Amino acid sequence: MTSRPQLIFLLAVFAVLAVVPFLGARYPVELATQVMIFSLFALSLNVLAGQTGNLSFGHAAFLSIGGYACAYFLTRLGWPLAVSMAGAVIMSAAAALIIGALCVRLNAIYFSMLTLAFSMLVWAVATKWRSITGGDDGFVGVDVPIYLTNPYSFFWFTLAVCALSVVALWILSASAMGHALVAIRENPTRASFLGMNVKRMRLAAFVIAGAFAGLAGCLLAMYVRGMYPQTAFWTQSGQVIIMVLLGGIHSFIGPIIGAAVLYLLEVITEQYTEYWSFVMGLILLAIVMAFPEGLVGIFSKLRAPRRS
Amino acid sequence: MAILEIVNLTKNFGAFVAVRGVTLQIEEFATHAIIGPNGAGKTTLFNLISGLASPTTGEVWYRQQRLARLQPHEIVRAGMARSFQRVNVFSRRTAFENVQVALIASAGINYNFLRNAGSLFREEALELLRLVRCEDEALRRASELAYGKQKQLELAVALAAKPKLLLLDEPTAGMSIAETKSTIGLIKDVVADRGLTLLFTEHDMNVVFEIASAISVLHHGEIIASGAPEDVRKNDDVRRVYLGQD
Repeated sequence: MTSRPQLIFLLAVFAVLAVVPFLGARYPVELATQVMIFSLFALSLNVLAGQTGNLSFGHAAFLSIGGYACAYFLTRLGWPLAVSMAGAVIMSAAAALIIGALCVRLNAIYFSMLTLAFSMLVWAVATKWRSITGGDDGFVGVDVPIYLTNPYSFFWFTLAVCALSVVALWILSASAMGHALVAIRENPTRASFLGMNVKRMRLAAFVIAGAFAGLAGCLLAMYVRGMYPQTAFWTQSGQVIIMVLLGGIHSFIGPIIGAAVLYLLEVITEQYTEYWSFVMGLILLAIVMAFPEGLVGIFSKLRAPRRS
Repeated sequence: MAILEIVNLTKNFGAFVAVRGVTLQIEEFATHAIIGPNGAGKTTLFNLISGLASPTTGEVWYRQQRLARLQPHEIVRAGMARSFQRVNVFSRRTAFENVQVALIASAGINYNFLRNAGSLFREEALELLRLVRCEDEALRRASELAYGKQKQLELAVALAAKPKLLLLDEPTAGMSIAETKSTIGLIKDVVADRGLTLLFTEHDMNVVFEIASAISVLHHGEIIASGAPEDVRKNDDVRRVYLGQD
């Protein structure tokens, strides 16, 4: 499921992305930045949902915790960029450790529902904790370091962070731990009878997924120059699940493709109609009915039509 | 010396008593068979020993270690591995990947997120596959293998945990006569080569008398006889409830 060609393909995609700023227009640069941030978010969910087989329905909680923390550290505490981002990622990971410890005790739909419940708690806190999050109004105005205020430099920064994260997560997925997580997804009973502490492994995956979601949150907060409670709302968690499913849940690059396609479709569709939700519904329907392995599944079917 | 001591083990499912006050010692290096009619509680007993189910009352001791109520992975780490009556492997993975991930877990590097797993334990995995005569199927998905091969693969997966005590739940169930024969030979060899203690359940009496050094007979969740194969064969209770049906 994780292959070197996929990694090479991805690095090629990043290389192509690196050309975008030279097109001369500002809009493609901003769009590419957004796509990369959501791709990283989707990729982080896939560590948990795709690789370990635990479909979290509250992954946006960690996106928003990372975003609020980064915004707060940069703006209110005046910490340097690297410290703020590291701190925000640690906050997300710590929150994932606590929430995950409670969630991994449950399986399947009960796990998903509990993650949903916790993410709505995070949303409620974000809405009400005015002194930290700005409440309903959101955290408006993030002090982004001066060297990242230009959309081009922020694009390069995002590209670097996402490329490094992709490499890191690819190393994870191809590692001994990555294989062990897949074993847990495929047959948790057998995995435990190999001597694996299944709950603790699932918790480790939960924390890693939360940390990288937090990293995506840092980028989002800086890009938007603010952070809003909607980021923690369940629809955001739902959207990232659709991204992962659209791309292909059992492949490494699927979530990135899914995020890019869904995000770009949304942007394009909204130029013509206000019924984006309707279009998204149709897309979701198509995935579930016809392409359970996502876009990546279509490609591999085309490449090897005889294999089932 | 007993490697496994089961003391007064009982498991209730509601009003139904699946295992009733079982007391049993498994000697080290024994090949100990648990036999009994369908529904006698053999699999439940195995599940209690291996940590898949927790007993209502009673104790299980492995060497000096108390097992009852430990998690399966802790019991595996203590030195006990098992197979299941219905094949339980990673069916969407190849035979090689099945054994490889078992070796990863056994080496305790299942948290290592830096070490590339591509060719990790390649030699050991292939050797285990050779041992269970699945080397030609190494790159085939487990689900595509013949049933007998899947059972053999599961044996390799269990052996990858480097157990001292091996629990096999009906290792030849669903196999053809030829497969059964070859599997028995295989199990005998492996147990002797690796100095294992074997605890197994089996419904095929030929298999039992072929490899068991001790037999315990389970009937309605209770041990009604236990001892050397020839003694058990002569036991009147056993003849009546079990062997007599042959």
